[in-house]
Amino acid sequence: MNRAMLDLWVGIFVVAGIGALMFLALKVGSMNTVDAKESYQVTALFENIGGLKARAPVKSAGVVVGRVSSISFDDKTYEAEVTFSLDKRYSFPTDTTASILTSGLLGEQYIGLEAGGESVKLKNGDRLKLTQSAVVLENLIGQFLYSKAQEGPQQEGTTNEVQ
Amino acid sequence: MSTIVRSIAGIGRRTLEGISRMGYATRFFIAALMRSGTAFRRFGLTIREIYFSGVLSLIIILVSGLFVGMVLALQGYETLQTYGSEEVLGVLVALSLVRELGPVVAALLFASRAGSAITAEIGLMKATEQLAAMEMMAVDPVARVVAPRFWAGVISMPLLAALFSAMGILGGYLVGVVLIGVDEGSFWSQMQAKVDFEEDILNGVIKSVVFGIAVTAIALFEGYDAPPTAEGVSGATTRTVVTSSLAILALDFVLTAFMFRGIS
Amino acid sequence: MDNLVEIENVSFSYGDRPVLKGINLTARRGQVIAIMGNSGCGKTTLLRLIGGQIKPDQGTVKVAGQVVNELKPLDLYSLRRKMGMLFQFGALFTDMNVFENVAFQMREHTKLPEDVIRDLVLMKLHAVGLRGAADLMPSELSGGMARRVALARAIALEPMLVMYDEPFAGLDPISLGVTGNLIRRLTDTLGLTSLVVTHDVQESLKIVDYVYFVSEGIIEAEGTPAEISASNLPFVHQFVHGEADGPVPFHYPAKPYESDLRLGA
Repeated sequence: MNRAMLDLWVGIFVVAGIGALMFLALKVGSMNTVDAKESYQVTALFENIGGLKARAPVKSAGVVVGRVSSISFDDKTYEAEVTFSLDKRYSFPTDTTASILTSGLLGEQYIGLEAGGESVKLKNGDRLKLTQSAVVLENLIGQFLYSKAQEGPQQEGTTNEVQ
Repeated sequence: MSTIVRSIAGIGRRTLEGISRMGYATRFFIAALMRSGTAFRRFGLTIREIYFSGVLSLIIILVSGLFVGMVLALQGYETLQTYGSEEVLGVLVALSLVRELGPVVAALLFASRAGSAITAEIGLMKATEQLAAMEMMAVDPVARVVAPRFWAGVISMPLLAALFSAMGILGGYLVGVVLIGVDEGSFWSQMQAKVDFEEDILNGVIKSVVFGIAVTAIALFEGYDAPPTAEGVSGATTRTVVTSSLAILALDFVLTAFMFRGIS
Repeated sequence: MDNLVEIENVSFSYGDRPVLKGINLTARRGQVIAIMGNSGCGKTTLLRLIGGQIKPDQGTVKVAGQVVNELKPLDLYSLRRKMGMLFQFGALFTDMNVFENVAFQMREHTKLPEDVIRDLVLMKLHAVGLRGAADLMPSELSGGMARRVALARAIALEPMLVMYDEPFAGLDPISLGVTGNLIRRLTDTLGLTSLVVTHDVQESLKIVDYVYFVSEGIIEAEGTPAEISASNLPFVHQFVHGEADGPVPFHYPAKPYESDLRLGA
């Protein structure tokens, strides 16, 4: 094995290895993590976040616009405080509603943003006032059974008995 | 009574021997790091060793990666279709490979392919007095022989692990999408949505660098420390494969515990 | 003529096993010195002491006026550049061909241009008669050829001292004569000093200027080849004539034979 062949093979190996790394980084993984400089932080309080996790996506109209950066418990209001970072490219009015939604029936949970009509835009450190908690399946089933029991003898129950 | 005393003394002796060997190995490792100047100043030496430990391990790494990915897809599909979520097959294959199987299996293969070869080569160089001859020619064998092999291993290992993972995902794609017929779009898009660059891929790369350091250091030390006889060298070669495999698995546990603790 | 190597009252032990117990030895410039003795008497240890690979427990080893056992690593390395050593089985680098083996030190220690290195290597190989074997790998060489390549490698940087560890071991009679003549001729033409560790009496008595006999860690006898051949010392006589029994007993120390066999018990 002469020197030139050896160099060539090592070159092929290194290029292939870096190519594999690039493939992993670009094709397999998502490198478009919203990083600190290109984003702004917004918090929101939820009564119940269900199964929401840090790094879950934040979507608006189905488009990913940011990610959940941290979740903590606020012991004054006894609510969950969720901080998420939003992409600088997108701005939302201050009366935007944040709700915790589930993709599919059993899929992962994410935060859905629905813009309001206010003209003032959200900025770094703002808090969303309008939130909607996660739908907890157990509660839903419980309510359903309760309402069925309420309906019981009557044929048609009134739905507004159920919250 | 005396047998008990003797066996306790035996444990004590083996512990002391083990500790002194560990100390010797640490000193050897530090010496190799300190005298790495030559390995970089004359990078040709290191390139040569990358050929022997990296390029010559390519075939086994690529083929194993492909098959591991294919089996993952086959087994994963069986389980996932029971829950009607075949579309996350890509996620399953990619995460298992990038986080665990890629770095670990590639390192195990590297230990048995390249690690054993390094030990045998250095052990033979010692047994045939080549290292002593080098020393008599005023050339430091640690700088000239050990350090380039060490850096070659550290450079090769992450590249091999990345190739293993990439081949595995390709294998998973072949079986999952081409053979079984999982939707191609959701295979890739689910994978991209769930595999994170920092959390998964970068941590996998860090793992493989650590394994590369461990395997090459063990292989070099075993070779350098081998008794200069045929039995000595063959025993050292076996020890390299056993010790480095155990080290890989133990380190993998520790690293995983540190890296993926935050997310669940 | 002055002394290149001076060993004064040197003792050395591996762990608690003494190998050398107060050795005195000198080698003058331009001489071929033989160190003889039976296997395991510490001849090779002596060479490793001179090369500075091990340090004596007591006494001094001087090479060219420098005390080897007190040199700092860097000074030791620069002294070693002026020494060559021929190992028992050549110790050629198995991953390089003959040419690269001889060129090794030139590439490591000098910045000579490639064409100068090429000429120098071919000259060294020509001196040992193996210019035609430059492209062979060490695995393709016979034992005698490997020894000659190693010799070419040892003299590559024109050292002042060359040490030979058992240069005659395992060679056929022709290679034996070739190697012996080479040692003598190179010493004379290059102005080297040669230290030959061997137990091959007949071959070495033909080529050396002075002989030291080592036994049980001390110098048992010394002298010119003529004096040694004529010596009546029992040890030397036994060694030179290869007798089975004598001062070096045939039997390893043991209990009396009869009692060991339990005869008459």
